[in-house]
Amino acid sequence: MVYFKSDNIISSLGFSTKETFSSIFNGDIGIRQVEDSSIYHEPFPASMIDLNRLNSEFEILANKYSNTKEYTKLEKMLLLSIEEALRKSGVNIKSKRTGIIISTTKGNIDLLETNNFPKDRVMLWKLGDVISDFFDNPNKAIIISNACISGVLAINTAAMYINSGRFDNMIVTGADIVSRFVVSGFMSFLSLSPTACKPFDKTRDGLSLGEAAATLILSNKRENNEHNIVHRGGASANDANHISGPSRTGEGSFIAIDKAIKESGLNYNEIDHISAHGTATPFNDEMESIAIHRHGMDKVPVNSIKGYLGHTLGAAGVVETAILLEEMRRNTMIATEGYNEHGVTNDINVLSKNTSQNLNTCLKMASGFGGSNAAMIVSKSSK
Amino acid sequence: MKKEALKIETYCMVKNNRIVVDGHLVFEDQDAVGLKAFAKTAYRHLKPSYNKFFKMDEISKLAFVAAEFLLKDVNLEKYKSEELSVVLSNSESTIVTDKNHQQSISDKDNFFPSPSVFVYTLPNIMIGEISIRHNMKGDNAFFIVENFNADLIANHINNLFLTNKSSAFIGGWVNYSDDKYEAFLYLASESGSILHNASEIEKIFKINH
Repeated sequence: MVYFKSDNIISSLGFSTKETFSSIFNGDIGIRQVEDSSIYHEPFPASMIDLNRLNSEFEILANKYSNTKEYTKLEKMLLLSIEEALRKSGVNIKSKRTGIIISTTKGNIDLLETNNFPKDRVMLWKLGDVISDFFDNPNKAIIISNACISGVLAINTAAMYINSGRFDNMIVTGADIVSRFVVSGFMSFLSLSPTACKPFDKTRDGLSLGEAAATLILSNKRENNEHNIVHRGGASANDANHISGPSRTGEGSFIAIDKAIKESGLNYNEIDHISAHGTATPFNDEMESIAIHRHGMDKVPVNSIKGYLGHTLGAAGVVETAILLEEMRRNTMIATEGYNEHGVTNDINVLSKNTSQNLNTCLKMASGFGGSNAAMIVSKSSK
Repeated sequence: MKKEALKIETYCMVKNNRIVVDGHLVFEDQDAVGLKAFAKTAYRHLKPSYNKFFKMDEISKLAFVAAEFLLKDVNLEKYKSEELSVVLSNSESTIVTDKNHQQSISDKDNFFPSPSVFVYTLPNIMIGEISIRHNMKGDNAFFIVENFNADLIANHINNLFLTNKSSAFIGGWVNYSDDKYEAFLYLASESGSILHNASEIEKIFKINH
């Protein structure tokens, strides 16, 4: 069995899962108008990390480890996120039996522009070395860069590593930043909403970007508390259709969910809640509604939290899974911020307000460029 | 149901303007200068008539050509599309295309980011291109490692196989930086004679390197 031991989120709405969750639960929106010409020449909505807080909290961390080296913004986010999750987990990061997986799309890509670091610092494999070295982890960190499914894929991969006996503990950490590189790219795609994004809503008109780091610590040892949640199954699939648009039939998403549920040994009617990808682009949300409908899960409560934190790219799957686990611990589902009028063809059950319900088994969905899709099933473990 | 162990059915190495399949040189063009030119003549050699090829960035062309040569004499139709997976890796991610995109946005007065460039700044787009071409709808993963790591790829694919996710897999390494390119792809399935494990893959990679 693979247990979720502890987690952390560093986001615009907080520097822990609890802080971020409480903000979201209270309806706080982390997306605001950003005026920073170093990122984009016009104001744009995005969910940004508080840089002052990041630097001051990182300084405390660096002092604790007597580390005087320079780190990039993204690295600071990742290191702080791992540290906080680690502290609560009791897992020994220096052990040969503890692996690290990093999920990111572009890592330190802002260093392409101005690089005060050695040239190779922009490379994703280097990011792995920086993180492992900071914590003296003896293993090479594994980097997954698979567009917007990176996070869910990283968690599924970590579970495979534990199930196959290669590692006892896995630290899954994901991060991406809102950079000139990414904002300009999405702007050229005309896929950014002029306002905070509105997942599954009739008037949805694109995504909002966000930056975040998040960490999940998985282990083969259960916790001695009432909140044991386990990874039951996971899979990915490709639409084999288009590199920048999702399948009109939800094909890849459908297959990923099908395989994840088969692996879990559960039935569709045991799914209590779905955490969707829900980017608020017209095509993504429509596609997800088709995949959900094709599996006969129209009645299952669905939400997307991108209306609060934006699309955090390589971090998204890890952030949203940490939120999902907190929902399960509290038996409370978060409202889909931005969702007012149903805007997808299928009559799926999108949550418009925070709702209490017993949550035993949940599905996490993700989709991304390259026709990629992923799904994961998590359950509370029986005592 | 007891399964056969996975085997390496066939493999393909593309580098130094040469394409080697299962140890045999199948195509060479020493006149082509750079990856772009070489990928084009290699593509023409197979005449696949696939117009999307010309829209791809260089590294996707490299991955595409390697997969074309790898699968030239392979019948994937005996598998269901959702049982066909692609697991790739490299060290440079999409650095050449990243720099192209960066160049188009670095000057505020000469600002021309293009969606058709930006979409190729994700390494798994290579997996997408191969999946579209060969109708492969199984699992995907793109790993970034400093050097080719046979164990990482073999372990991931074997795990997917043992957990019944897929039946056949393209695994490998497709890397491109300013001055050099290299693609090594293999097909793992229950057919073939070479065992699918890290040391066999490492051996093949080194001999053809």
